[in-house]
Amino acid sequence: MGQEIVLSMKKIGKIFPGVKALENVDFTLRKGEIHALMGENGAGKSTLIKVLTGVYDMDEGEIKLDGNAKPIVNHSPQEAQKNGISTVYQEVNLCPNLTVAENLFIGREPQKYGLIDWKTMNRKSEELLKSLDIEVDPSILLQKCSIAIQQMIAIARAVDMKSHVLILDEPTSSLDDGEVEKLFTLMKKIRAEGTGIIFVTHFLEQVYAVCDRITVLRNGQLVGEYEVKSLPRVMLVAKMMGKDFDDMADIKSDHQEKVDRKSVPVVEAKDLAHTGTIKPFHFDIRKGEVIGLTGLLGSGRSELVRTIYGADKPDQGKLKINGREVKINMPLDAMKQGMAYLPEDRKTEGILTDLSVRENIIIALQAKRGMLHPMRRKEMEEAADRYMDLLQIKAASRETPIKSLSGGNQQKVIIGRWLLTNPEFLILDEPTRGIDIGTKTEIQKLVLNLADEGMAIVFISSEVEEMLRTCSRMAVLRDGQKVGELSGNELTQETIMMTIAGGESSK
Amino acid sequence: MKETEKKNNTIWKRLTRHRLFLPIVCLLVVLLINVIKTPDFFSISINNGVLYGYLIDIINRASELVILAVGMTLVTAASGGQDISVGAVMAVSGAVCCQILSGGQVSTNQFQNPLILAVLAALIASVLCGAFNGILVANLHIQPMVATLILFTAGRGIAQLVTKGQITYVRVDAYKVFGGYIGSCPIPTPIFIAIFIVILMTLALKKTALGLYIESVGINGTASRLVGLNSTMIKFLTYIICGLLSGAAGIVASSRIYSADANNIGLNMEMDAILAVALGGNVLGGGKFSLAGSIIGAYTIQALTTTLYAMNVSSDQLPVYKAVVVVIIVVLQSPVFQKYVKSRKVKKEAIRMLEEGK
Repeated sequence: MGQEIVLSMKKIGKIFPGVKALENVDFTLRKGEIHALMGENGAGKSTLIKVLTGVYDMDEGEIKLDGNAKPIVNHSPQEAQKNGISTVYQEVNLCPNLTVAENLFIGREPQKYGLIDWKTMNRKSEELLKSLDIEVDPSILLQKCSIAIQQMIAIARAVDMKSHVLILDEPTSSLDDGEVEKLFTLMKKIRAEGTGIIFVTHFLEQVYAVCDRITVLRNGQLVGEYEVKSLPRVMLVAKMMGKDFDDMADIKSDHQEKVDRKSVPVVEAKDLAHTGTIKPFHFDIRKGEVIGLTGLLGSGRSELVRTIYGADKPDQGKLKINGREVKINMPLDAMKQGMAYLPEDRKTEGILTDLSVRENIIIALQAKRGMLHPMRRKEMEEAADRYMDLLQIKAASRETPIKSLSGGNQQKVIIGRWLLTNPEFLILDEPTRGIDIGTKTEIQKLVLNLADEGMAIVFISSEVEEMLRTCSRMAVLRDGQKVGELSGNELTQETIMMTIAGGESSK
Repeated sequence: MKETEKKNNTIWKRLTRHRLFLPIVCLLVVLLINVIKTPDFFSISINNGVLYGYLIDIINRASELVILAVGMTLVTAASGGQDISVGAVMAVSGAVCCQILSGGQVSTNQFQNPLILAVLAALIASVLCGAFNGILVANLHIQPMVATLILFTAGRGIAQLVTKGQITYVRVDAYKVFGGYIGSCPIPTPIFIAIFIVILMTLALKKTALGLYIESVGINGTASRLVGLNSTMIKFLTYIICGLLSGAAGIVASSRIYSADANNIGLNMEMDAILAVALGGNVLGGGKFSLAGSIIGAYTIQALTTTLYAMNVSSDQLPVYKAVVVVIIVVLQSPVFQKYVKSRKVKKEAIRMLEEGK
């Protein structure tokens, strides 16, 4: 394998309002290698790709191609393409109503007397596809091909355009095993021809099947670059989820567990399930308990709590609240039973962008009371002031639109919104994602305080460290199924990683 | 000296930043043109015991539009789309009302059925139209413009069916009250009706949580559902309200001509109503709204129409002039233009500072 460098990104930085999406990230791609880019959601993978392909302008750093001394700056994906950087996305961005050949040569059709030379185009397409062992008739419409073939065609197009760098952004998410195998064969073939491939994926097995190197990102920072051969799976999971932030490790030490094991569970779910997202599961939680849900992205962590809360209506199973069986059809039912749910995606499911901090805080309590029982202005203002003070929300005033607050402060507003409803059972889905480290610690302390006061809390986070600090029990999920529950002495990084990775144990 | 300048500056800034600033300026500009063209524009006299003048005429004629604009504002805010069937629903309401009053005859000189019954029936018919739109938009998630297109086309046909294809006349003074005058009161009744409806809706929005719910659902339906709001029900409700208000406007319009003219009642009013919402500075994509803005917008449009008539523009050419003015107003309010103005200001400031620095 050649060691010639085709792409080097140095000290890349990108800042979005309120959050550093990338900070001081280096990335190197060598000729003829498949390089996996890994990290949990919000780690900065897609931002890095978008900076590279010119979708975003970077704030710091430089990108060099083919060992040229002069750094390049891409302002648009078209410009990146000209520089030899092609991207194939999960959702293929070709034209389904054109033929395979047209898609391969769109924008650069072979011409004759100013008209498109169809004959040459079809012949060239056939040659190209044959050389890559893609079995498809170039004259059929693209929409008649499977997603896998469509992706391969997108790759073939990139290959024919003499790309030095090929980015595959989660290409395997919607493919079955056989199709993935074919795609890998194609990737290996292109690698042999000297193209550098960046492979973005969440699937561990696939990384170990085709990749040569792995770069791991976490919270917008570079964790490191590793050779696949020398990095066991468990180590990779550990790198992705993070093991640092030891400075906060003492939070839990003075916290005493006060859970009465014999009491009636606040929430008890039996065989609850939602088709397509989460398989039947059991779940119970008692007063003052903090339970962590863990698993890789897409493992069903959020789906489990959404089913309990009624955000996704369960299609089987029973739910008991304080021993009484209840039927929950929508979030309002759950709220009336004393539940509260801080959703995973703050931007699309949490904040009401144009409304003020005050309105964002009182909306859940107002909804619980009903339309005909409006809160009085003074009551709203008092509630808003109380939680802005309690959670130290930094905003110009309580009438400021929530969209102008930083991510951490927005999240605190949402937490305040739910605390105002005085819940018995609080679900926090990734409350600390994309939030500065100070606020993270504050939220963790708050969780423990609330539990001390008797609230039952479910805490979901991609950072195992954080959960070890706050949770007394943890449930592990994999592929939409609850695969284990850990408590007491089992609550260590290693056992959790091992349960998440499953199957293969540490080497 | 500098202190007061600064103070004036901040007051001016706060004034220009207010969301009703541009709508009000637009209205003032239209009125100003009128004063220049016709100096006696604001003069109000009493002729035959009723108030008479351009201004009164504008406020009177704008009544139906104001009522429609209120309903349109709510629909726009909650569903991020517009109800284009309001004009047709007006026709249905007028047809039902007149037909019941005439007892099925083409023309009548006295009520065949009680007035209250006819008005109630007309309003119920309009609410049903609103419910039909609401089900399509809120429950079946059809785009508002497409969903309401059905009644936009079918509404006038339904009205024709009700009146059996004829123009039903109700030549009874008691019916003319809605579009005319109450007893010897010099102020036209539609003005009272419009004011009454505006106050009623303002109370309904402020004294219940409906206003907050509508804005919340319009901004983000998913997030609203997760905080316990029933997005479907709230959207549905706004269409019901819009239907009801269209019905009220239809009765006023039909009372003005004491007849049910299915082809002409509320014709093209839906576009004026949407325009009123837009002129009022409301985002047509939904979310936060301002009733006051829409109402000012409605009066602006009516002032414009009356102005053009006063300038002897024939009614066929009216839409052209209206369009030109509307384009200017809408461009002035567009975010792109406002951004441009802001950037110009910043540039000027920068140049000034540079020069002073030298």
